[in-house]
Amino acid sequence: MADASLPPPPDSPELADAAGMLRSAYVHIPFCRRRCPYCDFAVVTPDEGGTPYTVTRYVQAVIAEIGMERPWGPLDAVNFGGGTPSSLPPSALAAILDALKRRFGVAPDAEISIEANPEDWDGEYAEAVRSIGFTRVSLGVQSFDPKVLIALGRLHSPELAVSAVRRSQAIGFESVSVDLIYGTPDETLESWEQTVATTLGLGPDHVSAYSLTVELGTELSRRVRAGDPAPDPDDQADKYLHFAEAAADAGLIRYEVSNWARPGHVCRYNLSTWAQGEYLAFGLGAHGHRDGVRRRNVRRLDVYLDRVARAERPEAGADRIEGWAAEQERLLLGLRRAGGAVAGPAGDALLRSDEGARFSDAGLIAVESGRIRVLDPLLTDEVVRAVLALPPH
Amino acid sequence: MTSSARIRNFSIIAHIDHGKSTLADRLLERTGAVTEREMRDQLLDTMDLERERGITIKANSVRLPYRGADGTDYVLNLIDTPGHVDFSYEVSRSLEACEGALLLVDASQGIEAQTLANAYLAIEEGLEIIPVINKIDLPAADPDRVAEELIGVLGGDLDDVIQVSAKTGDGIDDLLEAIIERLPAPEGDAHAPLRALVFDSYYDTYRGVVCYVRVVDGDLRKGDGVEFMATGSRAEADEIGVSSPAPTPVAHMGPGEVGYLITGIKEIDLIRVGDTVTATAQPAPAPLAGYQEPKPMVFSGMFPTEGDDFERLREALEKLRLNDSSLVYQAETSRALGFGFRCGFLGLLHMEIVRERLEREYDLDLVATAPSVEYRANLTDGTTIAVRSPQDLPAVANLASIEEPYVKVMIITPSEYVGTVMELVQAKRAITGDMTYLTPERVELHYEMPLAEIVFDFFDQLKSRTRGYASLDYEPGSYRVSDLVRVDLLLNSLSVDAFSSIVHKDKAYRYGRAMVERLRELIPRQLFDVPVQAAVGSRIIARETIKAKRKDVLAKCYGGDITRKRKLLERQKEGKRRMKMVGQVEVPQEAFISALRIDDA
Repeated sequence: MADASLPPPPDSPELADAAGMLRSAYVHIPFCRRRCPYCDFAVVTPDEGGTPYTVTRYVQAVIAEIGMERPWGPLDAVNFGGGTPSSLPPSALAAILDALKRRFGVAPDAEISIEANPEDWDGEYAEAVRSIGFTRVSLGVQSFDPKVLIALGRLHSPELAVSAVRRSQAIGFESVSVDLIYGTPDETLESWEQTVATTLGLGPDHVSAYSLTVELGTELSRRVRAGDPAPDPDDQADKYLHFAEAAADAGLIRYEVSNWARPGHVCRYNLSTWAQGEYLAFGLGAHGHRDGVRRRNVRRLDVYLDRVARAERPEAGADRIEGWAAEQERLLLGLRRAGGAVAGPAGDALLRSDEGARFSDAGLIAVESGRIRVLDPLLTDEVVRAVLALPPH
Repeated sequence: MTSSARIRNFSIIAHIDHGKSTLADRLLERTGAVTEREMRDQLLDTMDLERERGITIKANSVRLPYRGADGTDYVLNLIDTPGHVDFSYEVSRSLEACEGALLLVDASQGIEAQTLANAYLAIEEGLEIIPVINKIDLPAADPDRVAEELIGVLGGDLDDVIQVSAKTGDGIDDLLEAIIERLPAPEGDAHAPLRALVFDSYYDTYRGVVCYVRVVDGDLRKGDGVEFMATGSRAEADEIGVSSPAPTPVAHMGPGEVGYLITGIKEIDLIRVGDTVTATAQPAPAPLAGYQEPKPMVFSGMFPTEGDDFERLREALEKLRLNDSSLVYQAETSRALGFGFRCGFLGLLHMEIVRERLEREYDLDLVATAPSVEYRANLTDGTTIAVRSPQDLPAVANLASIEEPYVKVMIITPSEYVGTVMELVQAKRAITGDMTYLTPERVELHYEMPLAEIVFDFFDQLKSRTRGYASLDYEPGSYRVSDLVRVDLLLNSLSVDAFSSIVHKDKAYRYGRAMVERLRELIPRQLFDVPVQAAVGSRIIARETIKAKRKDVLAKCYGGDITRKRKLLERQKEGKRRMKMVGQVEVPQEAFISALRIDDA
């Protein structure tokens, strides 16, 4: 019997489904010292106009954009992502957070999370961020192998990453998360095992481990087209399985395809998005979801600044998700979670289909207490495509 | 009616690109059959496909009025011939309608195998040949060398060779004079019963079958009852006329005259190339010699990629057949490809043309199985059956032997490539070779080879091994017993009929290995290991495994990604829709198409 005083396990279905009720906000900080070859997010480097002056204007614009959103709240989770949020001075982070508090209110036990690069995360900066009210830090460690870090275009050393993690723990962030990337073509299995051992040895509360993915329009994609080796899916599968095993041994529980946490340390903001929860989004290229509409901001900095300066919402487009499409989306997001999703109309249709039968026979999916789960997370998209192929119910 | 003494009937024999159509255009223009204003390039080639490929598919004829230097008015009938090996029977019928031929050769290239084959055909038919060298205006032209080569082949005198530039019109007048001086006038008995040779026909939506005829004996009159002697079909001569080049009705045509005949007959099958037209009132005792039933040589299954298109494909084939009685087809069912048709063609080009017309003119998306030939299976019970599809080959236990069609192949190559050509033909199971030097630099080689080897990839290999310099011609030969086996391809232990092929026993292993390797590359990984096997009977001769897919998941799907990632997955799902299920294995349409392409096997 679970002790009511203990936090629920990260893969708990109740926790996953309840996250759909959370209210959260995402703030995008696009500035980076340089563009990593694999990254396709909305990013602005100093060469592309990311000067201190523009950064100041941008922060003011984000605050102005917050003022344009209809009142809501209070917020249960706030996430600063990027780009590189840790490239902003603490005062700027504080100003944005303050604007969110004034406009929507922030719940007393809210998760307030920031993505940070190890090279930014010196003692003074980390303490300042903690004192502003951030409760969670997600460190862009990626690897502890210097060769892999270079291949990924990262600017920090393995030693810097180790001290960034230790420092965060010492300062008293409630959750410390480490981001890793595996399956870079140069990375050997031994290198990855070493990275995993070092990571888990630091005792993080949360790890996100991503396979290196070749996204269209990136430097990596250009290199692969020009003949550089592409990531090998079998190598990535081996590395995924190695991590899953080592993480479980270290007491981390997988709750989504690429995310592991100790009990009480799931990322609430992300959990909410996978439960079709609603979230506000501010900043360049940011995506929000409110009142059944998924909307996205413009990706060009000058357009963004210009629109906000004219007191217009910097929206690039919006899609209303409803009916069968919303039902399919609910299931496809839910199937990425370890706890799976309530079958519902789409799940029932899947289980009745030939594909569904094939997946059940192959042991790829399981149904238990009205929930469908994908048993081999590495093949999730095989199931997801079958969900998308279901005719409207 | 023109007196036969003032008629000259001739063809132009030329290789693709050697300028036949340009020369025809120039003759039309110079004789005034077409005014310059009406002129458009390659007037005689009417189909779009002919224009694009620069080749002539259907023969055609045109009447050129010409006043000779002696002041006499002549009628020159230019009878066009198809320029490809697939249509050698059609060529022979067109030549049969002529007394002479222009052997047209590019001054920079020299004679090619197909041209020479057709020239030999013309000589066999007793035609007078006028050697003509074209493109003398080109900087690379070497007319003297080419003239020597021509004389080496044809005999005669260097002075007999006429040099022209069809492009500039140089030498055209000399050529016209040579036609009336050197080509014999047609001979025929105007009072004998009617005998006219059908040398081409086509289907017209309004008029029914229009056939081109050459009157040999007697008089063909409008309104007379006529009979096509081979098919026995009878009708009335509703309209007869000449192409000048617009159709111009005439009242009758006598010996040596060339024109068209419209009878109201709607089925192309009832009027065949090579047949003899006679008058029902006074029938000829015997037809003209040389008629043959159209005989398909190459067979391929054609399947619509969308199963719903089967009926459309049937309708399209019916329409194509209206104009092409050499195209044969019958419905066929493939476990892998669904419903389609096994089609028979005169040769590879014919197959390619039909397929392209189906795709272009009828907007069909097709998968075609690898071409095969017609085998003869001699069974242990003493009977023989024709095998046009590998699936039809009886079980080994019931087979006494298998025969395959051989063809007589002629290859002309620069002498430096003789070694490599001989190597190639030996690899392709050629027998009984001989060779003749046309000039010290050019060699003519003769072999007998299995047609199956030619339809596989012989022509491409010949071209690539001789840097495109060798040329090829072949004509039907005899059937010979060969050591043949059927290689089947199994996917997850299930035979995929579309991939089965009949090959020589010595090549079975290599073929099987190549196919399993190719299929392993082409078929995406599935949720389970998929064995790909090649088998002869129950014996597995090659095996590969498509390893089960291990990773198929997007690493990230966050708040900012949901719509985009969904769209990405939807696109992948669309790709899945075009898959065909072979048992439990999903095979993309493209895999069938690529695996069945023979050129890079």
